[in-house]
Amino acid sequence: MSESIGNEMYTLRINGQDRHVKDAWVGESLLYVLRERLELPGSKGACEQGECGSCTVLMDGDAVCSCLVMAATAVGADIVTVEGLIEKDPSMASTARTITDQISGQITDVQRAFIEEGGVQCGFCTPGLIVAVHHLLDKNPDPTELEVKESISGNICRCTGYGRIFAAVEAVVQVRKASR
Amino acid sequence: MSTVKQDTRLRDILGTSALRPDGVAKVMGSFSFSSDIWAENMLWGATLRSPHPYARIVSIDTTAALLISGVSAVITAQDVPGKATYGLISADQPVFASEFVRYMGEPVAAVAADHPETCRRALAAIIVNYEVLTPVVDPELAMLATTEQIHPDGNLIRHQKIICGDPHISGDITVEGHYTIGMQDQAFLGLEAAMAFPDSGGNGVELHIATQWLHEDRGQIAACLKLPEDNVRLVLGGVGGAFGAREDISLQVHCCLLALRTGRPIKMQYSREESFFGHVHRHPAKIWMKHHASKEGKIVKVESRMMFDGGAYTSTSPAVLINGITHTQGPYQCDNAVVDGYAVRTNNPPCGAMRGFGVVQACFAHESQMDKLAQACGLSPVEVRLINAMHTGDKLITGQVMESVAPVERCIRETDAIPMPEPLAANANVLELPGGSGRTADRQNIVRGIGWGVSMKNLMYSEGFDDFATARCTLSNGIASLKFATAEVGQGFVTLAPQIARSVLGVDDVVLETSDTQIGSAGSTSASRQTWMSGGAVDGACRLVRERLFEHVGKLHNIDPIRLMIEHTDVIDTIGTFRISVAEATQGITLSETFEHHHRKTEDLDANGQGNCHVAFAFVAHRAVVDVDIELGLVKVVQIATAQDVGRVLNPLSAIGQIEGGIAQGLGLAVMEEIIMDNGRVKNPSFTDYLLPTALDAPSVVAIMIEEPEPQAPLGAKGIGEPPCISVTPAIVAAIRAATGKALSRVPVRPQDICL
Repeated sequence: MSESIGNEMYTLRINGQDRHVKDAWVGESLLYVLRERLELPGSKGACEQGECGSCTVLMDGDAVCSCLVMAATAVGADIVTVEGLIEKDPSMASTARTITDQISGQITDVQRAFIEEGGVQCGFCTPGLIVAVHHLLDKNPDPTELEVKESISGNICRCTGYGRIFAAVEAVVQVRKASR
Repeated sequence: MSTVKQDTRLRDILGTSALRPDGVAKVMGSFSFSSDIWAENMLWGATLRSPHPYARIVSIDTTAALLISGVSAVITAQDVPGKATYGLISADQPVFASEFVRYMGEPVAAVAADHPETCRRALAAIIVNYEVLTPVVDPELAMLATTEQIHPDGNLIRHQKIICGDPHISGDITVEGHYTIGMQDQAFLGLEAAMAFPDSGGNGVELHIATQWLHEDRGQIAACLKLPEDNVRLVLGGVGGAFGAREDISLQVHCCLLALRTGRPIKMQYSREESFFGHVHRHPAKIWMKHHASKEGKIVKVESRMMFDGGAYTSTSPAVLINGITHTQGPYQCDNAVVDGYAVRTNNPPCGAMRGFGVVQACFAHESQMDKLAQACGLSPVEVRLINAMHTGDKLITGQVMESVAPVERCIRETDAIPMPEPLAANANVLELPGGSGRTADRQNIVRGIGWGVSMKNLMYSEGFDDFATARCTLSNGIASLKFATAEVGQGFVTLAPQIARSVLGVDDVVLETSDTQIGSAGSTSASRQTWMSGGAVDGACRLVRERLFEHVGKLHNIDPIRLMIEHTDVIDTIGTFRISVAEATQGITLSETFEHHHRKTEDLDANGQGNCHVAFAFVAHRAVVDVDIELGLVKVVQIATAQDVGRVLNPLSAIGQIEGGIAQGLGLAVMEEIIMDNGRVKNPSFTDYLLPTALDAPSVVAIMIEEPEPQAPLGAKGIGEPPCISVTPAIVAAIRAATGKALSRVPVRPQDICL
């Protein structure tokens, strides 16, 4: 980085860790800092104006578009990205044949359901949707079909037409219900 | 036998809903898209674009940009060492504009710098003097000889007519209409992005790129760089959707040029706004169509004139035009036709491939016409379509005989049998009403409508193109490795290819090697062709390896190889009792074969549009149910019922994903998606202003897959990517017509088209 641009230094709290940002330009979005400075490329950029939801992260428990947050203003917030999601009840068994037990332990029930129900095609919208669905189900464990649609209507998917994504959310809700 | 069946079901072979091998990485966020690649010592690249649709470049001054700290290079047309232009069919598009800019957003220069913000400042510091010219934006005017020719190749990109049977015959009944199709954007989520690594000597480059066709890109890039093709290596970067928009060159040449100039890795990625200018769109079209029919509703003749606005450069316009005119008849019998088609150059954005490729436009016209015909003959939309439904063996208006399985009648009947949705409940949530929560519909004004659309779509490339795909299969120690250059863009070829290998070879472990140019071409991931073409190549390579395996086992165990077969995961002797697992039989040996799958040859059309120009066809029917607020002009698509001719279902989960995804894109074209032009200027290059279907816009989809295996297809399966998005658009518009009584001759249907 040249001296002409960027000499900000600050610390962000991301996925439970303090991450130091050095030599940054003050105009950088949280999305840019996550992707280009902190080696967390899971959050995706696809519209830069909060319309598509691909960059969704949790900030103090709220789902936000990280492209609309200036990174330097996120100091002090508790940020969770797709890389930091953890399953609250990891005991749920996988039914997937091609997801090995080893990997299965590393992904959440929501992530597993997206794979098993066909909610992933190109996968570019997927991380944002995964975060949005975690956020929904944390706040509302038993959403109606319409509540599901409304809560993910800020996440655009161009491949699936959403049908398999609805199926994935429904599968998680049913499994969580059964295990309660 | 039941044991075998049980075991078969548990393996991820053909016909099962095998899961995506890249699924885990994609849900974790660790899958590497082309925009996720990072390199030590890399620079960012960015493109300067024309603010004018048509202008002469008087001068370009890059001095100030080069003085900015952190800027490593600024390049313009004069820095292109090889061919100054590129293009899929005709190399008529400049790498950088030099004399003229011919559309808003045309690249003029590119920079490399240490930070995206430095790039932005450098672009702002480049001084380009333009002599602004009056753009030619109406294709009807553009094609006249008296109009200024905006390109040395002229304004008429292609003209083709079709004359079939008796051009003068008429019928008891005629219906006609003028139809307009707006400019749709593919709007893939993963923006254009690439990383170019220069070779240390500067004589070569490795480009990691999200594309649909690695080898075609390589040929065009190498020509512009003036490098041998072997010195330009392409590796598929993770692709975030494509839908046709990645078939043309966008940032490929710019990125490589900057890498070679600076000697450092260059990362480029477009913003959403830039992406609207950086790739081709679906052709806007104007179509006049007239049907002549008997009083019973049987089509006697179809006449049409089609005008496709190709924008400033050729891209795939000639092929899109041919697809449009050769699908004038739709999936219906028709003995006589007079069709005239034009693809014309204007100062609008270049248009090219998008899912449905010319057939979307033709289908909106012919399906609107079928409803007019039904009305004129006193038939229902279903009856008129059944009376005219095409069958295998029918002669098309090009003279080509329909050799594909053509279950048009079944598609219609099975769609018709799908139960209707419940009526709108009196206490329905506001989100279920037209307009949703934003502009609340008045329940008193909501009217339900039902409409139909049926379509035919050619599969693969046409007009004599030697289309092929290459794959290599290597079997060793019970593990199969597959190598191909096929672009996985989300469609699921990475799921299908291992399913094929498991089915043919009796292995469970399949490794996919990197998709790059270190093997022969796979052709493009487009035209609904990869399951057929690359699937055929993988199948062929695996079968060759299986022959070698049988020879090896036969020799070792003194059995005639012809008696051997694969059962489950074993090689067995069909006559004796010998049995050995594939894993054991391949211990310590390596069997490797490469196979090229070519489809059958096709021909050019003659002057009268006659010739066997297409390879094969697929069919689909759609029935749409909509709720319309007739006062506010708002539409809610309630249900899409569909029966699609798929040949054979190879992966049910992938197949339904293609069907539902295609329907959403067709819905977009029907009621919301349009790039709005104003005298050559794009007015809405953002996701705020270019509206895409969201989860709340998604209709309930009830889909039936009709399995009648296609004898020509290597796996019996037809391509299923494009048909879902084609006839759903006219079906939705027909449903809105039924609800409103409005003529609605353009898509997308806008609120003012309904309520004013």
